[in-house]
Amino acid sequence: MLLLVLSSIGEKAVRNSTKEFAQLTHLPIIPFTHLLDLMKGVKMKISYFPGCTLKTMAKNFEDSALASASSLGIEMVELQRWNCCGTVYSLTSDDLIHQLAPIRDLIRVEEQKDNRVVTLCSMCYNTLKRANKLVQEDKEKLDKLNDLMYREDVKYDGKVKVLHLLEILKNEIGFEQIARKVKIPLKGLKVAPYYGCLLLRPPEVGIDDPENPTILENLLESTGAEVIDYPYKTECCGSYNTVANVDLVVERAYNILRSAINQGAEAIVLSCPLCGFNLDNRQKEIKEKFSDFKNIPIFYFTQLLALSLGLDEKVCRFELNFVDPRPLLESKHLIGGV
Amino acid sequence: MEEKSIMEKIAEANKAVTKGVDEKEVEHWVTIYIMGKEYKVPAALTIMQAMEYAGYKFIRSCGCRAGFCGACSTVYRKKGEYKLRTAMACQTRVEDGMYLVQIPFAPAEKAIYDINKEQYDISVFFKYYPEITRCVSCNTCTKSCPQDLEVMDYVQAAIKGDFAAVAEGSFECIQCGLCAIRCPADIVQYHLAQLARRMYGRYGSPEEKNVKKRVEEIKKGKFDKEFDRVMSLSSDELKNLYTEQQRTREVY
Repeated sequence: MLLLVLSSIGEKAVRNSTKEFAQLTHLPIIPFTHLLDLMKGVKMKISYFPGCTLKTMAKNFEDSALASASSLGIEMVELQRWNCCGTVYSLTSDDLIHQLAPIRDLIRVEEQKDNRVVTLCSMCYNTLKRANKLVQEDKEKLDKLNDLMYREDVKYDGKVKVLHLLEILKNEIGFEQIARKVKIPLKGLKVAPYYGCLLLRPPEVGIDDPENPTILENLLESTGAEVIDYPYKTECCGSYNTVANVDLVVERAYNILRSAINQGAEAIVLSCPLCGFNLDNRQKEIKEKFSDFKNIPIFYFTQLLALSLGLDEKVCRFELNFVDPRPLLESKHLIGGV
Repeated sequence: MEEKSIMEKIAEANKAVTKGVDEKEVEHWVTIYIMGKEYKVPAALTIMQAMEYAGYKFIRSCGCRAGFCGACSTVYRKKGEYKLRTAMACQTRVEDGMYLVQIPFAPAEKAIYDINKEQYDISVFFKYYPEITRCVSCNTCTKSCPQDLEVMDYVQAAIKGDFAAVAEGSFECIQCGLCAIRCPADIVQYHLAQLARRMYGRYGSPEEKNVKKRVEEIKKGKFDKEFDRVMSLSSDELKNLYTEQQRTREVY
């Protein structure tokens, strides 16, 4: 394949004629600096919005994600400034104050001269994406928000694209490419993907089919794991009811986990720290309420990805998972002196 | 003796400005409204001086008169403007058409804790100031800060458990309380910041080796002689010494 390389310091006339030539010949054209990046093996740089939980409760998610992404050629650059995403997308139509947080974060992306931002937490993804959609479709609300944020140097224009890491893995790296990079196939590990709500609903912001998603299945298959199907993979875990209505969450989590276990799952894989808390940490209360229940490890998808890519086990931070997944991984000879 | 300017006289007085100022000397006047009542005051005055000129005597809402102590919080609007503004009365010049009131105190509960018994992680913030999670990033606190601190950013740093960022971001806070008065989420930013700075000082910031060394030196009596000398000086000698020191070196 022939590439045209555009230097930023050359003669203007030369650059213009290069552009014309590219148009005539339909040859791809890339800036010189990108070529340097390609030569160094850096394939992609993208602004990264962590969210509060990734910096506190879910360090295992963040560390394993950054390491996996980097090994796949994605450099996730944390925004220099960011605030809480707003936690929950506000459904009240005239309640604009709750849209300030997510839109301010999108301003931060533009301040970094980027037009894409990647998230890991499903909740942050959902909140940022829906707030973005709101202002993209309602200029009056966008103007009002910009007016309230008059101190910001950048006025938000609705042009940032909010992405989840899973989308980048699927669309820009490709699961086949990931499969080629797998060093330790997760052979014999029976995992059940759990989507919950926020990656899928509402459908206009979901990353996959809201009824029968397959993106996590496809990723896990590329790592060599055995994927278990079960009817509760898109069921709600009870979300923030975990604060005021623990019983409700315990019951829902029990049903989800039992369904997966009955289909033969040895572990659950997910992408949301709140789902993670409800399915992992709440196993303590599940056990107290349901005597037949046996603990099952809960993974962030990036922990298994990192493991399969042959990265240092330390980046997975398994010690932070509530139900220790290491005995299971050891029994499959995936960690501990393979 | 050389004729002193009005500002020099005001500065010298460090109290109600009416003393020693002849109104005939004042060229520029402005009209201000203190709690709704109209006053004509010299345009060169600060809000604090203008209120004193108008006859108010401060027993609260006044402290160092130098912008450091945070006691003289003021809220005001300007004629024809919808924005509610905030300032330190001792640091802000009066403007024509100002509607003024002092906020002598920001009502807020200050948590009591022993930093030696607290855990150095995010839980300490949620334990004493759980309302910080109500922050909606509206930035009203930052807009209200007379020190131009990025108040919202340090509250957000607390939610991420980043003690260093809270401590550094709030380092120049003078605890005037204007952020807390304006916050729609009822957060008490300046108390939170103090907790963070204390915890960071105790557990997070690297130990300063020179301080340790100096404390040892003091204990061993390295400066005893000098202390004795200074303690024996007369009031005038001390004043001269101080003036000389101010003149010869930068003091922080």
